[in-house]
Amino acid sequence: MEIARDLDDALALAADLPEAELIAGGTDLMVEINFGRKRPEDVLAIDRVAELRETSRNGRVRMGAGVTYTAMLQGDHGSRAICEAARTVGSPQIRNAGTLGGNLGTASPAGDLLPVLAALDATVLLRSARSERRVSFGDFMTGPKRSVRRPGEVIVGAEWDDAGPAQTFMKVGTRNAMVISVAGLALVVDRARRRVGVGLGSCGPTILRAPEAERFAAGLFDEAGWERATAPGEGARREFGALVAAAARPIDDVRGTAAFRRHVLAVMAGRALDRVGAIA
Amino acid sequence: MNELRLVVNGVERRTEARDGESLMTVLRERLALPGSKNACEQGECGSCSVLLDDALVCSCLVLAAAAHGRDVRTVESLGSAGELHPVQRAFVEAGAVQCGFCTPGLVVATVALLRDNPEPTDIEIREALSGNLCRCTGYGTILEAVHRAAREMYAG
Repeated sequence: MEIARDLDDALALAADLPEAELIAGGTDLMVEINFGRKRPEDVLAIDRVAELRETSRNGRVRMGAGVTYTAMLQGDHGSRAICEAARTVGSPQIRNAGTLGGNLGTASPAGDLLPVLAALDATVLLRSARSERRVSFGDFMTGPKRSVRRPGEVIVGAEWDDAGPAQTFMKVGTRNAMVISVAGLALVVDRARRRVGVGLGSCGPTILRAPEAERFAAGLFDEAGWERATAPGEGARREFGALVAAAARPIDDVRGTAAFRRHVLAVMAGRALDRVGAIA
Repeated sequence: MNELRLVVNGVERRTEARDGESLMTVLRERLALPGSKNACEQGECGSCSVLLDDALVCSCLVLAAAAHGRDVRTVESLGSAGELHPVQRAFVEAGAVQCGFCTPGLVVATVALLRDNPEPTDIEIREALSGNLCRCTGYGTILEAVHRAAREMYAG
């Protein structure tokens, strides 16, 4: 058990113990340990690393890996959808402990922040004692609970373009609180950069984008004017929903069926398009 | 074994923890503080809720060894049999306790809520207590208890 005092200390300890499990809030790792699914030889606690709790915003947003869900709800952290997603995570107890870095590190297809990071086209920042890497979120996750993070590397944060207010996150679960997503969807319309991003959670082995739906929605905003609030018609909403559902690669599992997931994705996509279209 | 120093309910305690041992286990089995209950061990039920450096968390999800040097407040710090904390008294008076298993966690979560929000609405209470499961009361009397405690703590 090692407790890192600061970032340099964390990187030095991670270099010494490249196979150590990193722990911040503990809300994922401790469940694995409590249920006997993991028994790590070495654990490196990074929750006291103050540098990882910082967020900066200057056209580009950089959020530290140690920012908790509660902190995401308290300040302006450069993404309304991140805030909405954080609000759906667990309970106050979980949100007080869990972090951005933990959501990335666990790399679950059901991680609630991850569809937003996909839709924002975010970059994941990884550091080791010797090097620093920037990985596009689309390349970060390689499978369920698998990522490109290498032994000895620490996820230090994520970075994205400040995309403005036209963005949202939606999630369907079996109840309101304390729920693991059955399907999640993030929609970002960056009106200044004329870019649409759609991220899908719990609907495939990794977080997915929906490129055809993104192109379709961009066409709608080309027509309506990117700077203006618009109400998409019923036909456009339905087409967008169908394209989003078609991008999913869901399975039947304990939380829901593939068919249900496709259905709720289409419904959420239509609602998200309405909501975001109205925000200019 | 990991050496462990904690400030628990205002008192410095020295003990130890196995690799992987949770703060909840340390409190219950090494420090004789069984008020934090052991139920789901996955952060779902809230019955092990404590304040860790003033933040409400599930002690089952805190790796004890990683909490070395930190400040923990458990339900045992709130009141005594002779003098209950206003939140505890309100739970008794409102009939918000049936089997009682979830009560310590709910009391700690309510103390955290009322510290930050002296006059919570029903929706704010439901949100603040959404991480604490009760399988007996149906929550109606718990809501009433929280309102009652708020009135008593902040009256005048």
